[in-house]
Parts: sequence; C-alpha cells; structure tokens
Amino acid sequence: MTQRIPIVENILSANDRLAEENRARLDAAGVFAINIMASPGAGKTSLIEQTLPRLASLARVAVVDGDIATSLDADRAAAAGALASIQINTGGECHLDAVMLRGALEQLDLTKFDLLIVENVGNLVCPASFKLGTHKSILVASIPEGDDKPHKYPGMYRGVDALVVNKIDLLPYINFRMEFFTSGVQALNPDLITFPLSCRTGEGMDAWIDWLIQNVKRNS
Amino acid sequence: MHELPVTQSILEIALRHAQKSNAARIVNIHIVMGELSTMVDDSIQFYWDMIAEGTLAHGAKLHFRRVPAELQCMACFTKYHPKEMELLCPNCGSVGAKVISGEEFFVEAIDVEQT
Repeated sequence: MTQRIPIVENILSANDRLAEENRARLDAAGVFAINIMASPGAGKTSLIEQTLPRLASLARVAVVDGDIATSLDADRAAAAGALASIQINTGGECHLDAVMLRGALEQLDLTKFDLLIVENVGNLVCPASFKLGTHKSILVASIPEGDDKPHKYPGMYRGVDALVVNKIDLLPYINFRMEFFTSGVQALNPDLITFPLSCRTGEGMDAWIDWLIQNVKRNS
Repeated sequence: MHELPVTQSILEIALRHAQKSNAARIVNIHIVMGELSTMVDDSIQFYWDMIAEGTLAHGAKLHFRRVPAELQCMACFTKYHPKEMELLCPNCGSVGAKVISGEEFFVEAIDVEQT
C-alpha cells in the first residue's frame, strides 16, 4: 500500500541556503559584491578591465572569474589592477553556483576588500536560476547581440538589478532598434537602472562607476 | 547542462523525507515546474534513471506538473497569461508586469511503500 508524503521543498533550496551563507560572510567583512552575467562576447571581461583602473584609488577590488575552461579572464582582471583574481573552472557547468563561489571566498581574506566582482559564465539562461549570495546582479547586453534579447531571454532580464548596454559606439553600423529593446526590458523589469556605454571609447563609463561607488559606500 | 545537480537535489530531498517516515521504497515523486522554469524534464528523467539506482528511490517514477505562467499588469492589475513576444497588457496596453506564477520548481510530494 502506498502512502503519500507531502513535502513542498524548493529543489534549488540547497543552493539558496549556501547563497545566504555567502552573503552573511560578505556582509560580516563589509564587502559589496556584484554578479556580472551576459552572453559570451558581450563584454563582461572588458567591462571589468575598464572598471578596475577607474576604481584604483577608491575601492579595493577582488575579482572571481567563472569559466568552463582557461584562466584567460582572471589573468586580464589581474593585469587591469585587481588586488586578487581567482579563477573558477566549472568543468563544463554552464553557470556558477553558490558552492563554487564559497570555494572562491575561502581563498580570499575578505577584510582586505571593499568590492567583489564575480564574472559568471557567458550564458543568458542558466546563471539566472542560481543565486550566489552577491548583493546585486548586473546584466551586460551589447548592441551586436541584437535588440530582441530581452524578448527571448525574459528570465535573465527579469531578475537583474542593473543593466549595462555595451558597445554603443557600434550603433551607427548595426540595425538595433533601441525602442524595441527598451520595451522588452521595461515589460518585466520596469525600473531597471540602465547604463549605455562603450568599453572601447569609454563613453558612458562615468555613470556606471558612480553607481558602483555609491553602492560600495552604502555597504561599508 | 545543470540538470545533473538538480536531479541530485531531487533525490536528496526525496530520500530525506522517505527515511524520516521509515519508508521501504519510493514509488512516485511529484514535481511542480512552472512554465517559466528553464529546467528540462526529459534531461532530469535521463539522469534520474542513473542516479536513483541502488537507493530507496530506484524505479520511482517522476511526475511533472506544469504550472502556467501568469502575469499581473502593474497599471490596471489585470492578470493574464503572456503570449510569446506580446509584452503589453491585453486590457490597458501598458508596459510593466509582475510574475504571479510560472517560476515554481519544487518537490510537492512523494508516494512511498512501507515494509
């Protein structure tokens, strides 16, 4: 005879619990942490490269880089001025999760930093489902990806706290309908703060840096 | 490719509750999956058959209950089911909605056999 046992337990709850532990650890050390997500090639690493020198005298920054393979991105972050850069090779996994970030946090003396930048694996689907414990989620979109991405990846666009629109210097060359793009963003994330910028020319970087610094200060 | 850890998590939840009630065998696992969830039930099933072997859950059937997505317009508060690529509220035409349901992903219940 079979018997039904009611459960109602979130399948990702183990990850969520670990994410809360990561958050507590960051808060105890006064570190503000961001999770940067994007499709491959949108400019996550370029954004970090352009951000680090601009923060040089303002915040002590550590970078954690998630990649399926290689340490190329962590090397670029170190070269750009990160005081510490840690590479997580996910071994084929398409996203970072809270366990992986915990492993990286254990390698850092968090009291030595004000800001932790986590660069997620390039992917517009899976990283949205796995909380890490960071304070803000940032999505980097880019003009060459096309204006339909908010419409095609609603889960990612819905869940983020800030949006960087990179490569705006390419707008004259690409058929990118900003209105169509924005309507897709607005539909499910109406008050999303947005930073149009170009990592190549530096245009628009100031607003992004100001926002980051404000958040670091508020947190410390 | 994250369905393997997800499947392990389902197994862990099912086994923990089965052991708590001293079950001899898990027969069915009922999973609720929202329409907006990015998980793939076929992949979960695929991994399930491999990882459940040798446990109380060996041979257990996975049942997926789909929950349709529902949005609520933040201007006129109409609730509606989103159609693909259609972003405006069908009632008042404004932009900006909240997800009411469709993101669920949880184990609802298990059916077990006692010895």
